[in-house]
Amino acid sequence: MNADDKRYWLDDPRNVTTVYRGLWAFGIALLLLDFVVHRHAEADFDGVFGFYGVYGFVACVALVLAAKLLRRGVMRPEDYYDDR
Amino acid sequence: MTIAELPAGLTLIAAGLAAPLVPRAWRGALLLAAPLAAFAQLLALPAAAHVAVEAFGVTLQLVRADKLSLAFGYIFVIAAFLNALYGWHVRDGAEQPAAMVYAGAAVAAVFAGDLLTLFVFWELTAVASAVVVWAQGSKRAYGAGLRYLVIQLASGMLLAAGAVLRYAETGSLAFDLVGLGTPAGALLLLAFGIKCAFPLLHNWLQDAYPEASATGTVVLSAFTTKLGIYALARGFAGTEMLIWIGTLMTAFPIFYAVIENDLRRVLAYSVNNQLGFMVVGIGLGTDLGVNGAVAHAFADILFKALLFMSMGAVLLRTGTVKGTDLGGLYKSMPWTAGFCIVGAASISAFPLFSGFVTKSMIMFSAAQQGYAWEWLVLLFASAGVFHHAGIKIPFFAFFAHDAGIRCKEAPGHMLAAMALAALLCIGIGTFPAALYALLPRAVDYTPYTASHVLSQLQLLVFSALAFSVLMRTGIYPPEKRSVNLDFDWTYRRVGARLAAGAATALAMFNAAAGAGLRAGVRRAGGWLQAVHGADGVLARTWSTGGMALWVALMLAGYLLVVYL
Repeated sequence: MNADDKRYWLDDPRNVTTVYRGLWAFGIALLLLDFVVHRHAEADFDGVFGFYGVYGFVACVALVLAAKLLRRGVMRPEDYYDDR
Repeated sequence: MTIAELPAGLTLIAAGLAAPLVPRAWRGALLLAAPLAAFAQLLALPAAAHVAVEAFGVTLQLVRADKLSLAFGYIFVIAAFLNALYGWHVRDGAEQPAAMVYAGAAVAAVFAGDLLTLFVFWELTAVASAVVVWAQGSKRAYGAGLRYLVIQLASGMLLAAGAVLRYAETGSLAFDLVGLGTPAGALLLLAFGIKCAFPLLHNWLQDAYPEASATGTVVLSAFTTKLGIYALARGFAGTEMLIWIGTLMTAFPIFYAVIENDLRRVLAYSVNNQLGFMVVGIGLGTDLGVNGAVAHAFADILFKALLFMSMGAVLLRTGTVKGTDLGGLYKSMPWTAGFCIVGAASISAFPLFSGFVTKSMIMFSAAQQGYAWEWLVLLFASAGVFHHAGIKIPFFAFFAHDAGIRCKEAPGHMLAAMALAALLCIGIGTFPAALYALLPRAVDYTPYTASHVLSQLQLLVFSALAFSVLMRTGIYPPEKRSVNLDFDWTYRRVGARLAAGAATALAMFNAAAGAGLRAGVRRAGGWLQAVHGADGVLARTWSTGGMALWVALMLAGYLLVVYL
C-alpha cells in the first residue's frame, strides 16, 4: 500500500523467538549472580536462592489464572450499562 | 501580604477563569504561563510561611508552607504545566480552563492550614474536575461525570461534618495530625478515603477517568487522588488500619487490570494499585514510610501522566484505546511508544527509573517493621503492576499482532510534554537525592545497593518471562470487548433498578392517591354545597333570639375554659 508497509525486524517470528530466548538467558544470568552478590535480606526469607525470580514468576502466573477465573464471574457485554 | 505570599493556587485558578475571556490565540500561552508563575511563587515562598485571614469569626490559614505541602505544591504545579503543554491544541470548550482551575484548587488545598479552607478547595477540585469529565461531550461521559461528582461531593460533605465535629471537640479548625480516636477522625478518614479510592469507595476512579477526553484523563490522573494522599499523610500518619487497607488496594485492582480491554481503564486500576503503596507508607508512619509515600506520590504523578499521555496520543490518532483494536502501533508512533515504555519502566520500578527509588522505601519500611505478610502482598502487587501496566499497556497498544492501523505520530506539543515527563522520570530514578531533599522527614535510605538492584531485576525479568510463557502457550486471556462488573454494579445496576422500582411504586401510589383525592374533593364539594349553598343550613336567615342564645353558650364555654 504505502511506504509504511515495509517489513520490520520484529515482523519476523524468528526474531521474536530470539528476543524470548535472550530474556531467558538474561533471567538465568541474574539468578546466577545470586552466588556473587552479597544479600541484605529485607524480610526473613528473601535471602533464599532464587526467591525473587521464583516469586515473580509464580505471582504472575497465579495472577493471570485467577484473573481468568474472575472473568467468568464479572464479564458482561460491552453495552451492559447502556441498555436501559 | 506580598504577591509571593498570595496562595499559588489562586494564580492558577485566576488563569483558568480568565482563559475563556482572552482571545483564542492567547489561551494556550496564558495556560502555559500560569504554572510557571505559580512555580516562581512557590520558589519565592519564605520557609515556614503563614498567611492568615479573619473570616466568619475564625482565623483561616490560607497558606501554611512546610515540606509536606511544598512537595505536593511543586509536583501539582509541574503537572499543571505538563497538562497545559499536552493540551495546547485544545482551545475551545471548558476542558482546559476547568483543568487549570482544578489544578489551582488542588494546589491551594495542599497549602490550606485549616479544615475550612481545605473544604472550600476540596469542593472546588470536585466541581472543576467533573467539568473536565463532561467536556468530553458524550452521553457516557455525562453519566460518568455525574456519578463522579455525586461521590466527590459526598467526600466534601463528610469533610465538612468532620471539620465541624473537630471544632466542637478541640475548639480549633487547624489541620494537623487528627488520628482515628474520635468521631471527627472517623468522618475525616472516610472523606479522605473516598479521594484515595479505598476499597469499595474506589469505583468513581475506574468509572470516570477513562470516559474523559484524550487530554482530560491526563489532567484527572494527577490531582484528586494525590490530594487525598496528602490529606491522609497530614492527618493520619501512623494509623495502623491504613496498612491493611493499603495492602488490599495494591492487590485487588490488578486482577481487574489483567482482564480489562480499555487500556486507559487498565491504567485507572493501576492508579488504584499505586495509591495502595502510598496508603501503606502513611499507615506505617515511620520516617521512611511517610517519606516513601510522598516520594511515590511525586513519582506516580509523573509516570502516570506519561502513561495516560501516551494512551491519549493513541486515542487522538486512532480513535480508540481498546486492546482488541490496537497492536503494532510502534511502526506509526515510535516516539510515543518509546515514551510509553519509559513510563512503564518507571511504574514497574526498574532500576534507573523513578519507581525504583520511591516504592522501595515503603516496602523496605514494611519489612523493617515486621509486616511480613503485607510485604509479600506488596511484592506480589509489584510483580503484578509490571505485568499489567509495565507490559500489557505497551505490548497491546504498540506491539502484539499488527492491527494494520497506520496513522501519524503524535503532534509535536504532545511529544514535548511526554519527553519532559519521561526526562523527569529518569531524572528522579538516576538522581534520587534531588527528590529526597524535598521530602518532609529526614531521609536515611540508599536505593542503589547491588542487592536491591539484583532483587528487583530478578523479580521483573521473571515476571516478564511468565508473561511471555503465558502468551506463547496461549494461556494468557485474550483481550475481549467487554465490561467487567466491579463495585459500581451495586449503584449502576442494583441501585438503578431499586430507584426505578421505587419510582414506579411512587407513580402507582400517586395515581391511586390522586383518584382518592379527586373523589374526596368531589364529596367535600357536595357537602359544602349542602351546608353553605343557597338553601344550606348556614345560609338561612337566623332569628335574633337564636343568635343571643348561641352567643350566651359561647361565653359560657369561655368561662368554663378559663376556670378549668
